[in-house]
Amino acid sequence: MALTSDEVRHIALLARVGMTDDEIEVMREQLSGILEHFQVLQQVDTEGVEPTAHSVETHAVLRDDEPRNSVSRDDALQNAPHRDGDYVRVRAVLD
Amino acid sequence: MTRVVPQNITVRGARELLDGGDVSSVELTQAFIDRIDAIESSVKSFVTVTPGLALEQACAADERIDSGNAAALTGIPMQLKDNMATRGVATTCSSRILEGFIPPYDATVATKLYEEGAVLVGKGNLDEFAMGSSTENSAFFPTRNPWDLDRVPGGSSGGPAAAVAAGECVYALGSDTGGSIRQPAALCGVVGLKPTYGLVSRYGLVAFASSLDQIGPITKDVGDAAHVLNAIAGHDPRDSTSIDGDVPDYKKALTEDIKGLRVGVPKEYFVEGMEPGVEDAIRRAIDTLAAMGAVVSETSLPSTPYAMAVYYIVAPSEASANLARYDGVKYGYSTDTPGNMWDSLEDTRREGFGPEVKRRIMIGTYALSAGYYDAWYKKALQVRTIIRQEFRQVFQEFDVLVSPTSPSVAFPLGDKTADPYMMYLNDVFTQPANIAGIPAISVPAGMCDGLPVGLQFMASHLQEGKLLRAAHAYEQATEWHTLQPDL
Repeated sequence: MALTSDEVRHIALLARVGMTDDEIEVMREQLSGILEHFQVLQQVDTEGVEPTAHSVETHAVLRDDEPRNSVSRDDALQNAPHRDGDYVRVRAVLD
Repeated sequence: MTRVVPQNITVRGARELLDGGDVSSVELTQAFIDRIDAIESSVKSFVTVTPGLALEQACAADERIDSGNAAALTGIPMQLKDNMATRGVATTCSSRILEGFIPPYDATVATKLYEEGAVLVGKGNLDEFAMGSSTENSAFFPTRNPWDLDRVPGGSSGGPAAAVAAGECVYALGSDTGGSIRQPAALCGVVGLKPTYGLVSRYGLVAFASSLDQIGPITKDVGDAAHVLNAIAGHDPRDSTSIDGDVPDYKKALTEDIKGLRVGVPKEYFVEGMEPGVEDAIRRAIDTLAAMGAVVSETSLPSTPYAMAVYYIVAPSEASANLARYDGVKYGYSTDTPGNMWDSLEDTRREGFGPEVKRRIMIGTYALSAGYYDAWYKKALQVRTIIRQEFRQVFQEFDVLVSPTSPSVAFPLGDKTADPYMMYLNDVFTQPANIAGIPAISVPAGMCDGLPVGLQFMASHLQEGKLLRAAHAYEQATEWHTLQPDL
């Protein structure tokens, strides 16, 4: 189950985790090894078996749409690393 | 004033002392703060200690006790794992990416305990984002096992388990996604209960794998686990996956009678590679159950060997989605390196997450990505169905199942950090319960080379009563839960 460096680089991009070439190589080796062990799943006959995403049968849970207080603006902003008044400051999205 | 020896205090013991006027909550809390001061530099079970808040809460508790309105947990010092939101108290998940994060709200479990008049002495260390089995993945420092400070306490709730074992708090709450309450409880010689998925609200629990995560108590004995579960169980409108229904009084399960209880021993839980001392202790525990009148027989859960692969695909997949929120914008760590939004996002996550968290995000992202989804994620969910069905079938014949909690006792720090897969093997016996959503408990069941061995009981959905009854009866027939580390 050997992954290529390009595959790992692609996954890192999808996950938005920055990695150097050395880190990609370490990750490539480790992920390949781990996934190799998990190949064991392919031995299981799952023909016609429904997937279980959740262990408890829960269906869409709705509540009445009643207005109520949420956290205050100050509380919501208190942990923002770059606060600017009542806004959070972000980097340029477009260069 | 009665002299308080924190290591000896159970929830029920504390209740008697407090209600009898032998000791005030302030005095009790001070004794625990003194204990923390004395040993915390060697155990390192806390990310944050909150003595000021604790003494304030203790004062309020004393007034409540004086007015005759004490609840079961009023005035009793406890620790919360540092992945549960506490308003005004830093909640870090032992991650750089949440260092200094001060939640603007309380997790529902914190609210429930505060309403009981509980006293928070601090927040417990964990493997970063609860990903690990030794607490060595904490971004801050590893926690030590109170039985041998050169060994790990297990994980990911290593802080809470070590704190209870060391007498730094009377009880603690941990979270369990694949064994993170039970395995450290086993390695530290205390009791750890993972309730049925959905019995305890996850609101305010920092999400790791949302279909598996569950909060539960870590205590000195099974009686305490029942008392704490009473306080935290129940439906929460803020967690739509929490189970809607009446919650029984779990104290009523604490009879000492297991005559006729049908106990299954799944043969797949006795595998090659298990430490002989662990197997011996568990076999003896099973003999004890039989001698007490339980009807013990071997059974089989044939798909058990696939549980670990299912777990390590499902949990990282969910984690990769849950951890997408850490972007350095709304809260948490944000990089200083220059660049645009995408650069900043990648650098923030590179610098903020530790190696194991990155590995799991990568595995999950891979398993969910186009072209691999059916082969990995969907396949794992199908095998999950089979594992659930096998449990359902076995529980038609048995009230509880027993097994070792962990294949080994506490291992030396650094022993398994080099190979991630070796570390993953620690949770082979605990992951199936999360995959199926069933409750399970670990209780002390022996010693091997001076280190505790844990016995795991599993029961069917919402059968915490049977689970506690079996575990309590076993515990009362043995002395293992009374042993304490020399610290």
